[in-house]
Amino acid sequence: MKFMRNALVGTTALCAATAVSAADLEVTHWWTSGGEAAAVAEFAKAFDDKTDHTWVDGAIAGSGGTARPIIISRILGGDPMHATQLNHGRQAEELIEAGLMLDLTDVAEAEGWKDLVNPTSLLDSCTVDGRIYCAPVNIHSWQWIWLSHKAFDDAGVSVPTSWDEYVAAAPALESAGKIPLAMGQQPWQSNGAFGVMAIAIAGIDAWSEVNINKNAEVAGGETYAKVFEAAANARAFAEKSNVQDWNQATNLVITGQAGAQIMGDWAQGEFQVAGQTAGQDYTCLPGLGVNEIISTGGDAFYFPKQDDPAIEAAQKEMAALLLSSEVQVNFNLKKGSLPVRGDVDLAAANDCMKKGLEILASGAILPDGNQTFSPDTTGQIEDLMVEFWNDPSYSAADAQARYAEIIADAD
Amino acid sequence: MAVTEGVRPVAERTSAKRPNRLFKNMTAKIASIPMILTALVVFIGCTLWTIYHSFTKSRLLPAPDKWVGWDQYERLWNTRRWLVSIENLAIYGVCSLVLSLVIGFTLAALLDRKIRGEAVFRTIFLYPFALSFIVTGLVWQWILNPQFGIQQVVRNWGWEGFTFDPLNNAEIVIYGILIAGIWQGSGFIMVIMLAGLRGIDQDIWKASRVEGIPAWKTYIFIIIPMMRPIFVTALVLIAAGIIKVYDLVVAQTSGGPGIASEVPAKYVIEKMFQAQNLGQGFAASTMMLVSVLVVLIPWAYLEFGGKRRD
Amino acid sequence: MTDATQTTPQRTAAAMSGPRGPKPRRRITPSNIMLYSILFVASVYYLLPLYVMVVTSLKGMPEIRLGNVFSPPVEVTFEPWVKAWSEACTGINCDGLSRGFFNSVNILIPSVVLSIAIASVNGYALANWKFKGSEVFFTILIFGAFIPYQVMIYPIVILLREMGQGISAVTGTDFRLMGSLWGLVIVHSIFGMPILTLLFRNYFTSLPDELFKAARVDGVGFWGIYFRIMLPMSLPIFVVAIILQVTGIWNDFLFGVIYTKPDTYPMTVQLNNIVNSVQGVKEYNVNMAATLLTGLVPLVIYFVSGKLFVRGIAAGAVKG
Repeated sequence: MKFMRNALVGTTALCAATAVSAADLEVTHWWTSGGEAAAVAEFAKAFDDKTDHTWVDGAIAGSGGTARPIIISRILGGDPMHATQLNHGRQAEELIEAGLMLDLTDVAEAEGWKDLVNPTSLLDSCTVDGRIYCAPVNIHSWQWIWLSHKAFDDAGVSVPTSWDEYVAAAPALESAGKIPLAMGQQPWQSNGAFGVMAIAIAGIDAWSEVNINKNAEVAGGETYAKVFEAAANARAFAEKSNVQDWNQATNLVITGQAGAQIMGDWAQGEFQVAGQTAGQDYTCLPGLGVNEIISTGGDAFYFPKQDDPAIEAAQKEMAALLLSSEVQVNFNLKKGSLPVRGDVDLAAANDCMKKGLEILASGAILPDGNQTFSPDTTGQIEDLMVEFWNDPSYSAADAQARYAEIIADAD
Repeated sequence: MAVTEGVRPVAERTSAKRPNRLFKNMTAKIASIPMILTALVVFIGCTLWTIYHSFTKSRLLPAPDKWVGWDQYERLWNTRRWLVSIENLAIYGVCSLVLSLVIGFTLAALLDRKIRGEAVFRTIFLYPFALSFIVTGLVWQWILNPQFGIQQVVRNWGWEGFTFDPLNNAEIVIYGILIAGIWQGSGFIMVIMLAGLRGIDQDIWKASRVEGIPAWKTYIFIIIPMMRPIFVTALVLIAAGIIKVYDLVVAQTSGGPGIASEVPAKYVIEKMFQAQNLGQGFAASTMMLVSVLVVLIPWAYLEFGGKRRD
Repeated sequence: MTDATQTTPQRTAAAMSGPRGPKPRRRITPSNIMLYSILFVASVYYLLPLYVMVVTSLKGMPEIRLGNVFSPPVEVTFEPWVKAWSEACTGINCDGLSRGFFNSVNILIPSVVLSIAIASVNGYALANWKFKGSEVFFTILIFGAFIPYQVMIYPIVILLREMGQGISAVTGTDFRLMGSLWGLVIVHSIFGMPILTLLFRNYFTSLPDELFKAARVDGVGFWGIYFRIMLPMSLPIFVVAIILQVTGIWNDFLFGVIYTKPDTYPMTVQLNNIVNSVQGVKEYNVNMAATLLTGLVPLVIYFVSGKLFVRGIAAGAVKG
């Protein structure tokens, strides 16, 4: 025991010695695909160049599903990182309530976030009891389908402009040896694709009724039955797609092996890394070409509370920096997401991003699933969706019944 | 235990001068503090803590005051994913139990027949046991890859219609994991079996040869019954390992396709840390504990019950 | 505990003494051909993955896309090995597995030392210095070996936090157990304790009693006997314990992923990260090189220590 105590004291002394005024801030995130890594490097560069502090990258591979547990258990276990990505919304709810997160209200006021951040709902998601606890960094929307020009050319059909046209073209793709729909097998992907189809097929009213008001009757009703049937149909299109990760599925579209992928606008980054041009090599359709609307979920940075005032100051510097115009532009161009402030110039944006910006400006926006459901409910829906998408024997009616059950118990 | 009984009087005699029983063997007691703490705080304390909290509505943080009775268990047993996990564990468990014992014993028996190169074969069968489940899962994921692996090789040989793609087929994915699990662990069972076979008296074999009993009959009717303790040990070891299956699935399939290869350990970890529903995770882990006890208690009863009769 | 456990040293010694099965009469008989062909087929199953790992890790990506997993490399390249060791990326950290390797070493050494130190003292106390309740604690410990880790994972997060805060308060520093190397060392020592304690207890019990008694009569104390009499006699069991712990701790994934952070990730966790963070296409050759690198330490220990490893496993086998 004596040996151990000495060793422990020794290590602590070492730790204390390294803490100096120019702080090393450890930042955890799960941005590990090609486009994402390029985007986060912009943050790191800006932080290293413009402040005295250093960005220590703590990337966690896999997906949010793998990374969040690690992030949360570290905060709970008394070893909080200095900053971390989370999807804003309800993921950090309890951590804030337990007083584990740094209050950023003074930064927000000094920087005028209230006037800058557009749409304002982003800041609302960061706000608990009138205090602001996170810095939104981008807007990501789920409601996109990505179409490969090469695949449709090879199949001898024109690139569709809506979901219905796509469904009609799917058999041609199939007979040309293409996978009509690329789908990764992670649960969040199955759930996301279903949500996108729900908005396009059941319409915005029905979607809001289920996702915001948690109306189980609508979830089990006829309008939603159509969504489940369409999804069962799409399931057959995706049968031969047996990749795991979303970016592997995107890669199938990029290389023309698959016709389409329903995926959020972060897929944009992958096309960019592959050197493809929107409108020429691929097409993106917001709202599946049916309802041009986007959800305004996204990523935000939270700053777990630390005891050291020097670190706290550095954390606040970082928060301010993440929302500064230049950093917003550089980051979002690489990431393929939309900036959180309405006053920046995105002339360099490509076609797809411009479409997104237009829709955002027109105000056709919805909250994201992360903002409306608790992680527990989201988890239950994901479990259901990943099974439904991968098991052809799971009938649309059975899946819908289970879905209605989950919505009835949702919180 | 019998050996240590003899020591006791010595220890008692020397410490008899001391007035207080508490101070008897004081150094030994102090030296055992880590063990006592581990036993009481971790093994008993943490287990009870988890069981208690499985009856609460704990979300991201433990909430000892939000008592909800059996709610978490009710929801658990109404969840398809949990039922699939249990079913998978049952299939995996039974198959790996039977296959490990059969393969382990067969290989051990073959190695025990005075063959050439015994050490080489033993090395080959056992080396996978040195590798982690993560490594095991990744290698077999690669070998079973439909584009490059076994399926493609057989097709290249000319059998075009050959299909063997367990990792993407929900019906048989658990067997894909089983192949990897057996590969990793059966050599270990073989070593235990071999140790057991080496403990068998040579005279048994002489006698059976004199009687003209064929070798396979000798194994089944004489040797195996004699090796009962070894089989029980192997059984308990395999069973304790099965319930912990986690890394292998994470590395090989991540539970897919769909939820077809989910296992209970993965459900627990994900509910606790990912879905932010601690109560549900605790309920599931308590069920895992219960199933371990179901295996352990009969075994302990057999072992200790048998001893008492002696 | 049981008859099986009591006879451990004798049985494992017997394991080394040579085959006991029926003696085959002639060299080449139908049954002998059968026997060897079964062994060869089994060997193929066990060797295949190792072969595939090695072969794949030596190919370039174009060759992998064209060929199949079993074909030997036409052009041998060590590029994937270099990449896996020092260049593969997780996020913007592109330093490959090397960091994980050194983390694993840093975790391994104190964990092995601490867990074996504690367990050998436990075993010694249980064998020679039984006190009231010692058997009860021992039984709890053995049962603990079978409790699914999942039951204890979360409370341990809390324990580590509290212990870390306790130490911080006492030493006046900002000390954290959760997420640090020392937290993981403690976790490994806790979960290694049941099996190791059993091993040591059985071993010390099997040592001749007279030595202990004589030393007691001479007035040698607890630690004196441990260091001067018991330790010098127990080299074999220490070797076994070291082998078990080194392979066990090196291969751990669950504790590594829960109780550490990216900075201190052990190699297995980093391997899973590298393999699962795909940028563009999956580089199977790099993945296999990374897999081999991770398996190398336990494999080398296994091949080098050969018979000792077998003995260790057979001894560990009777832990129940």
